Amino acid sequence: MWRDHLTEIIIFTLLFLLVSVMGFVAARWRAPRDMAHLDEWGLGGRNFGGWITWFLVGGDLYTAYTFVAVPALVFGAGAMGFFAVPYTIVIYPLVFLVLCRLWSVSHRHGFVTPADFVRSRFDSPVLALLVAITGIVATMPYIALQLVGIEAVLKAMGVTGESTLARHLPIIVAFAILAAYTYQSGLRAPALIAFVKDTLIYIVILVAVLYLPYKLGGWGEIFGAADAKFDASPSPGDGILLNANNQLQYVTLAFGSALALFLYPHSITGVLASRNRDVIKRNMSALPAYSLLLGLIALLGYMAIAADVKPLPGASEGTVDNNTIVPLLFDQQFPSWFTGVAYAAIGIGALVPAAIMSIAAANLFTRNIYKEYLRRDATPAQEANVSKITSLVVKIGAVACIVFLDPQFSIDLQLIGGVIILQTLPAVALGLYTRWFHRGALIAGWVAGMGLGMWMLYQISSPTRKHFAGSAFPLEKFGFDTPKTIYVGIVAVLVNLLVAAILTLILRAVKVREGVDGTTSDDYFADEGDPRVTPGERRDADAAPEPVA
Amino acid sequence: MAAPEPATPAPETPLTGSSRAKDKSRWNWLLFIPIVVPLIPALFNADGPRLFGFPRFYWLQLAYIVLGVTTTTVVYQLTKKRGDR
Repeated sequence: MWRDHLTEIIIFTLLFLLVSVMGFVAARWRAPRDMAHLDEWGLGGRNFGGWITWFLVGGDLYTAYTFVAVPALVFGAGAMGFFAVPYTIVIYPLVFLVLCRLWSVSHRHGFVTPADFVRSRFDSPVLALLVAITGIVATMPYIALQLVGIEAVLKAMGVTGESTLARHLPIIVAFAILAAYTYQSGLRAPALIAFVKDTLIYIVILVAVLYLPYKLGGWGEIFGAADAKFDASPSPGDGILLNANNQLQYVTLAFGSALALFLYPHSITGVLASRNRDVIKRNMSALPAYSLLLGLIALLGYMAIAADVKPLPGASEGTVDNNTIVPLLFDQQFPSWFTGVAYAAIGIGALVPAAIMSIAAANLFTRNIYKEYLRRDATPAQEANVSKITSLVVKIGAVACIVFLDPQFSIDLQLIGGVIILQTLPAVALGLYTRWFHRGALIAGWVAGMGLGMWMLYQISSPTRKHFAGSAFPLEKFGFDTPKTIYVGIVAVLVNLLVAAILTLILRAVKVREGVDGTTSDDYFADEGDPRVTPGERRDADAAPEPVA
Repeated sequence: MAAPEPATPAPETPLTGSSRAKDKSRWNWLLFIPIVVPLIPALFNADGPRLFGFPRFYWLQLAYIVLGVTTTTVVYQLTKKRGDR
């Protein structure tokens, strides 16, 4: 089976080895005097300029899983899967100013994680712990899902085995290498690899969207084939346009996902690693280039329909794995050497976010659990060391999730992850603007939002699954007489805010202590060059144009 | 340090204009346009008119990317600190 794909496997392996070498070399790239500090290992020296940040954050947000799952969703459900486009348009104007404030206050105070900020702003270790745990729990399945992206490619190349171990061996090896160079180089490794990853992805997608429509008879044909497929299917929710019942879901899912994205610890890691506020603002204008890419990738789902691609069987009997359609489409339409390049793009595309996510999760553990509860007097060197080791543990956990559990479990968890990370919005995002909320009320709001969100997700069923069958909650379960659905996360975070607001008024009325705000209003505007912005150390070489690799 | 910082350090450095960038500007309100417009399905949820074979649903939403980029770029340029490097 795999022998038919030999060229693809060779090219995939060569490119994979290339980035592995880059990952190890990255430790010396823009090398610091002292790597044994979390600012260096975990934030790349807090000194990345415009280009590096663009590649890093782009490589971080638009993950391999996105590139595989979004077209799979479009392939299966049509227009609904296109929510990823408005989602990634709305996000940047939404966070344009918010992230600048976060950058400034973090650099003044040396914050590494969002929980660090909450700790200081609301003077509440408990709230910070909740934010940290939420972040770790939401990130873990996301890392595991990157493996699902690689696995889809391996499956399409015929690299499968009879036993569990044989089937997963390539992934275990890939992740072991990833773990080793992340351990050594920290955030510098994914930053450097992102250049290769994104270049490959851009090439592959540009070729695909120009060449495939030409081969398949034009865009009119492609949309026509998709329309015909959805017309013939019995499911009422699919189609190349939205219907009256899923428009609310489409809009709330796009908006809710946008609110959630920059609450994820790995997104914040990428932002905090940038050099100044200007870099962030310029990136908010430039990052939508990836959204265009994502929109075009989404349409690969329709191309797969037009090309009559049949997805490979899934993990359990009688199911199909829609995630394999893009790899299969490439395999069917492209010469094998180019398919190899495309597969490498997806495979390497999984490594960048997996590395950043594990670093972000490790930083959360180190700063907000280890240093807060286990060892208060930890030195910067100890912090960096704990983070490095934690990043290894996190990756082993992700591999174990995929090897020993049904991948569906990770997909469910990631769905839940989006809903629970939204519950940190009042403390982290609104906290950047106002300290009006009482810390106790924020904790109560978090509990309420979490509880409601989990209950709603549990209630969602589909013909094939009884619980956790998506994020579209039917409003009729709230007693409304309508077939419309809404995104769970939005409802949960609104309830969270409501509870937090009401309790704030009550707690203030009964004069419960609010703690001391560790930040000043001036902190939110500090920029590079400010004498109190950390770290003060600047490398002169960086005054030159952006070094590229 | 995660611990709240005492307000003691660095009173000797009154912040100069160049090291501060107050966010307040009326131009920031423009940012609402690319947040609100892409979330109105009535504008894009239709097949026609088609563009290069793309139904309106697809080409218009892709065109909103241009709207987003233009708005953030304009706001960035208009709110840049004067006399900036």
